[in-house]
Amino acid sequence: MSIKDLAAKIKNKNITPAQLVEEAYTNIQRSEDQINSFITLRPKSDVLEELAKLKPSNSPLYGIPYVLKDAYATKGIQTTTASNILKGFVPTYSATVYKKLQAAGAILIGKCNQDAWGHGGSTENTDFGVTHNPWDISRVAGGSSGGPAAAIAANFCTFAIGEDTGGSIRNPAAWTNTTGLKVTYGRVSRYGAIAYASSFDTVGPMAKTAEDLAYILSTIAGVDPYDATTSPTPIDDYLAHLGNDLAGKTIGVPKELYGDGLDSEIKAAIMSAIEKYKEMGVKIIEISLPISEIGLAAYYLIAPSETSSNLARYDGIRFGQGRGEFTQETIRRIMIGTYALSAGYYDAYYRKAQKVRTLLVRAYEQALAGCDALIMPVNPTMPPQIGELISDPLSNLLADVYTTSINPVGVPSLALPAGFSKSGLPIGMQLVGKKFSESLLLNLGYQYQQVTDWHTRSPKL
Amino acid sequence: MTYSLVCGAEIHVELRTQSKMFCGCKNDPFGAPNPNIYTCPVCLGMPGALPVPNKKAIEDCILIGLALNCQISEVSKFDRKHYFYPDLGKGYQISQYDEPFCVGGYVDTSFGRVGITRVHMEEDTAKLHHETVNGEKVSLIDFNRSSVPLVEIVSDPDIKSAEQAKEFLKKVRDIVRALGVSDCDMDKGSMRLEANISLAPVGADPSVRPPLPPYKVEVKNINSFRYFANSIEYEMKRQEELLLKGSTPKQETRGYRQDGNRTESQRGKEGAADYRYFPEPDIPPFRISREMVQDIAQRLPQLPEAIIAELIGYSIPESTARVLTGDNAALAYIREINKLDPKLSPKVAGAIANKKIDITKLLPSDYVKEESTKAADKITDVAELTKLVESVVTANAQSITDYQAGKQNALGFLMGQIMKTSGGKADTTIAKDILTKLI
Amino acid sequence: MVNSNPVISLSDVQHTAQLANLPIPEDKLPKLQAQLESILQFVKTVQTVDTDNVPETTQVTGLENVWRKDEVEDSRTFTQDEALANASSTHNGFFMVKAVI
Repeated sequence: MSIKDLAAKIKNKNITPAQLVEEAYTNIQRSEDQINSFITLRPKSDVLEELAKLKPSNSPLYGIPYVLKDAYATKGIQTTTASNILKGFVPTYSATVYKKLQAAGAILIGKCNQDAWGHGGSTENTDFGVTHNPWDISRVAGGSSGGPAAAIAANFCTFAIGEDTGGSIRNPAAWTNTTGLKVTYGRVSRYGAIAYASSFDTVGPMAKTAEDLAYILSTIAGVDPYDATTSPTPIDDYLAHLGNDLAGKTIGVPKELYGDGLDSEIKAAIMSAIEKYKEMGVKIIEISLPISEIGLAAYYLIAPSETSSNLARYDGIRFGQGRGEFTQETIRRIMIGTYALSAGYYDAYYRKAQKVRTLLVRAYEQALAGCDALIMPVNPTMPPQIGELISDPLSNLLADVYTTSINPVGVPSLALPAGFSKSGLPIGMQLVGKKFSESLLLNLGYQYQQVTDWHTRSPKL
Repeated sequence: MTYSLVCGAEIHVELRTQSKMFCGCKNDPFGAPNPNIYTCPVCLGMPGALPVPNKKAIEDCILIGLALNCQISEVSKFDRKHYFYPDLGKGYQISQYDEPFCVGGYVDTSFGRVGITRVHMEEDTAKLHHETVNGEKVSLIDFNRSSVPLVEIVSDPDIKSAEQAKEFLKKVRDIVRALGVSDCDMDKGSMRLEANISLAPVGADPSVRPPLPPYKVEVKNINSFRYFANSIEYEMKRQEELLLKGSTPKQETRGYRQDGNRTESQRGKEGAADYRYFPEPDIPPFRISREMVQDIAQRLPQLPEAIIAELIGYSIPESTARVLTGDNAALAYIREINKLDPKLSPKVAGAIANKKIDITKLLPSDYVKEESTKAADKITDVAELTKLVESVVTANAQSITDYQAGKQNALGFLMGQIMKTSGGKADTTIAKDILTKLI
Repeated sequence: MVNSNPVISLSDVQHTAQLANLPIPEDKLPKLQAQLESILQFVKTVQTVDTDNVPETTQVTGLENVWRKDEVEDSRTFTQDEALANASSTHNGFFMVKAVI
C-alpha cells in the first residue's frame, strides 16, 4: 500500500501502526531466511514499545515501517556498514536522516545489508552473507543498497533509506522492481552516513513508487548545520508537482548508451517506456553523451581515492576492529586510491581524473541544455547469479558503466521499474535531470506509474 | 670555507576560541578536569561525522596574517593531510596545503627582516602520553585537544643567528598575544616551535645570498626560545663538522634534548613523509573579500612596536616602554596622565614599571594632584638650594674625595643626603646641577 | 599473469600497502598486484583525454564560505563514558594502545 493510503488509513484509524509492524514481522519471519536483507533486525517488542511511546505527528510518515541501509549511525542500535570492522559497534549518536525520520514518527524495523562501505554493486562484498533477490533467490539483489531494496520488494517494510555513490540506490532498485532516487548532491544531509566517497555520496529514499519517494524526500531534504555541503536551495513541494501534465516536456535519449553491451531485453523495455512518454505528450530527442566509459574510469580513480582517506580512521583504537578485517574488494579500493594520491602519481591519476570530472560536468550540462531529463539504462545486464559478478574485479567494475558518471557531476537520477524479462526478472531505467530537479523527475516517474503497472507487481516468496 | 646559518621557524599557535575548529565542543584542553570530556563524533573521528569550520578561528588566522604583514589570499581551502598515528583520529589532519589563508609577510628584527612564507589554519591532534599499566608500556590518549584550532606560522629561512631567532620568536609571540587570540604559553602548549636548520657556504660577495642548501634538518621538541637558540648553536657545530669533512648532513628530523643541550636523530622518521594531500571534499572553498579583510583589520590593536614608539614620544625611555607593552591597563593610565600633565609621563611610567605605584588604587587625576603638591612643596629657589647643597658637601668631605677619585656612587649618596636634609623637597634636577658644578 | 611492463610493480604494492596501513600477508601480494594491475590499466584511460586548460572539479556544491559561529554547542558533546563506549581498551578515562614511539 502506498504511503498516502497508509497515512490516510492510520489517520482514520482504519489500521494502527502496530498492525503494520505485525504484518512486516510476519513477512520477515516467513521469508527473511531466503533473502538475508537484515544485518540487525530490531526485536519486535522494542519496536512496539517505541510505537507506544510515539509522540503524535502530522507527518504522513507517522507509524510507517521502514529500514535503513546499515551505513547510517543509529544511536543505541548496531551500525556496521556490513563490515566486520564495525561488528558490535553501537553508536552513541545518530545520523541526521534518522533523527528526521524519528521526529516524523516513522518506525525503524532494522538495519539492512549492503556491500561493505558502499564498495560494490551486488551486496556480495559483505561480511554478513549475500542478500538474495526476492525475484529469484539464486541471483543478486544488486548493490550496494541491496538489503534495503530486497526488503521493500519482499514487503518487509514500506520504504527505505539507501545511499548512492556510483549507482548504489539505482542498481538494486532496477534489479528488484523498486523505485529509488539518487538526489542532487547536497540535497539531503550526509551527517552520520558512513562515508564512501565524500564528494559523490548521496542519501536517498527507496520505495515502491515515485509518489512514496516524494513523501520521504519532503521529510529528509534540507540544509543541515552539521553538514557543510548541504544546499540552502529551497525544497520544492514535491507532492504538488507529481501530477503535472507532461505535455511539452522533452526527454533526451543518449544514443551511445543503447549500443552493444546493453542486454536486448533491457533496451526493448526502455524503448517501450519512451513510447509511453510520447503518448503522454513528451517530446523525445536523440542526444550525444559519449562519456560513460571515461566517466567510469574517472569514478574508479576519485572514489577509491576518497575512500582510502575516509577509511583511514578505522584503526581499532576508539571503536571497531583492526585494519586486517577489510575484505578483498575493499582492500583493492583502498590500494587504488592510496596509489592514485601518492607522491609521483597524484598528477597523472587523481588530478587528471578531477579534470576529466570537469568535462563530465560540461557534458551533462550540454546534454541537459536541450531537454528536461535524460532516459538511460541502469544496468547493462539482468541480475547475475550469485558469485558471478565478484569473480572478476574488472568485470565487476565495468557493470557500473551507466550509473557512475552521474555522481561526480552531482545531478539527480530516478530509477524506476520499466518491465520484466521473458524469464520474469525486473528491468529498471533511470531518468536523469538538472541539479535540484527532483520535482520534475518525480513528476515524470509518477505519471509513468499511472499508465503502467510494473511497480505494483510483487515476487512470489 | 666558512658557513652561515640558514634557519626558518615553524610556530604553532593554539587559538583561544570558545569552541573547537570543526565542531561545537568546548576548546579548553589545558583546563579540562578529566580526559575525553570535550569530545563529540566530529573531533573523535567517528563514522559518519563531518567537519564544519569555526568562522572566528579563520578570522583570527587572517588577523595574525595581517599583523605579520601578509597578503590575504582571495581564494582559500582546506586540504587533508594523511598519516597514521593514534593521536590523529581520522587518519588525516584537516590543514591547508597549496592555498593557505595568508602568504608573504615579514617581521623586522634588529638583525634584519625575517620573511613569513605563510600563515595557515589547521586542527590540533589529541594528546598522547606514555605510562606503564599492568607492567606493559602503553600510550594513553586524550581527545579533549583533538581538533582545537591551530594556526601555523612558517618563516622564510632568513634567520641568521641564534640571537636573531630569539628576538624573532619573542616578537611573534608578543604580536600574537597583543591580538588577544592566543596566550602563546609554551608551558601550556598553546605555542610550539620547530626549527629548520642548515648551513650555506659564505660566498666571496657577502651581499649575495647563497643558494639554498641541498638539505635541511628539522628540529622538534623545542620548549622555549632559549632551547631554540641552543638547537641552532648545536646544529651549526654538528653540521659544520660534517660539511668540512666533505659530507652533506642527512636530511632528517631530530629532537632537541635538554640534557646536554643537543639534538638527536629521531628513529623511524627518515625520508620525506607522503601526506597524500588532496582538497577537503567536506568543506566548500572560501572566497575572502576585500571587505571581509578590512573588517578583520579593524580588530588590529596597536602592535608592540607602535606602542613603544608612542611611549617614546611621551619621553619615556625605551627600556621602560618595552616592559610596559603587554600591560593594557598601564598604557591606558599613562595615556590619561599624558593628557592631564605630559611632563609626568616619564615619571609615572617609571613608577609603574618599578611597581612603586598601584594604579588600581590611585586615579590618574589624583596622581597628578599629588605630584603637583609635591612640586609645589619643592624647593626650587637656587639660592636656598645652594646653601643646602653646600651644607651637605661640608658635612661629607669623604664622599667628595671618593667622587673626585672616580667613585660615581658617591654622587648618589650625596644626592640622598640632600634629599634627606631637605625632607624630600629639594628639586632633584636643580640640586644635582648645583652639586656637580660645586664638586 | 602480469605483463612484463606493469603499471604497478610488486614493490609499489608493498609501499602502497604500507602507506595505507594495511597488513597484507606477503603471499597475498602477487595476486593483489595482478588485480590492481588490471584495474589500473583500465582507469589509466583517463590519461588519453585532452584536458589542456581544463580546471579540476573537486566538489560540485557551488557553495563558498560555509562556516559556523564560535560558540560552545554541546548537544553533541559526549560524556566520558559515551566517548569510550566502543573502545576495545581504555584506562582511567583514556583510550589505551600499546606504546608508540
